Amino acid sequence: MNFEYQVEGGDFSHAGSTSSAVKRIMKQLGVDPAIVKRTVVALYEAEVNIVAHAYRGVISVDLDEERIRIVLDDEGPGIPDIGKAMQKGYSTASPEVREMGFGAGMGLPNMQSNMDELKVDSVVGKGTRVEMTNYFTAKNE
Amino acid sequence: MKREEFLRLIKGKVVSGADCEEQDVEHVFASDLMSDVLTIKNADNLLLITGLCNMQTIRTCEMAEVKVILFVRGKKVTEEMKELAEENEMLLIETDYSMYRCSGILYQAGLPPLY
Repeated sequence: MNFEYQVEGGDFSHAGSTSSAVKRIMKQLGVDPAIVKRTVVALYEAEVNIVAHAYRGVISVDLDEERIRIVLDDEGPGIPDIGKAMQKGYSTASPEVREMGFGAGMGLPNMQSNMDELKVDSVVGKGTRVEMTNYFTAKNE
Repeated sequence: MKREEFLRLIKGKVVSGADCEEQDVEHVFASDLMSDVLTIKNADNLLLITGLCNMQTIRTCEMAEVKVILFVRGKKVTEEMKELAEENEMLLIETDYSMYRCSGILYQAGLPPLY
């Protein structure tokens, strides 16, 4: 099953609507609730990142019996130093993002701890691509 | 702890979800940082105390499976927040008490912290 969602940068009132839709689908399909939670927490952090940092983005979800794979592609400033961005506490978020309860430098580390696989690629001045996968079997639990 | 009891202790007013299924609160977490709320591993029967009152508070609780949210210091929940909370069968409460006061009262009454 494939789904695609558009995300607008700066649109905080709708931030999380994709994560909410994916949560509903996973629940309807009867995926283990613990895996649903881990996946949507990571996806929500990633979705908020697009809203907070990028101009726009596309979230593609590929779901089968064994795993969920999510690719988030955004057009935005990109991440100059991914290693730094993966460190807890490092953030370049605006005061507006902090007012929303984010921007403490926990997003990428939190995504990593909730997904079996996470890959971040970025080109400064163009955008960022985040690929993440969770498996429905217990092999990575 | 029963809903009626913690509402009485923190002088809370239910503003949404009054008819959702009653569940006893067993743990409390207090934070304005939503990324911190998203690190909670087991949110069953958890009460979140927060001063952050916007749509992201509700969205975060939706993802983290937090069902009871207490907004402190007179923060007012919007209609948009109520709608989203209803969809997710959440209980929203407002109080004029501060986060520190609510935390102290509930801790003293025997509700343990999560971490």
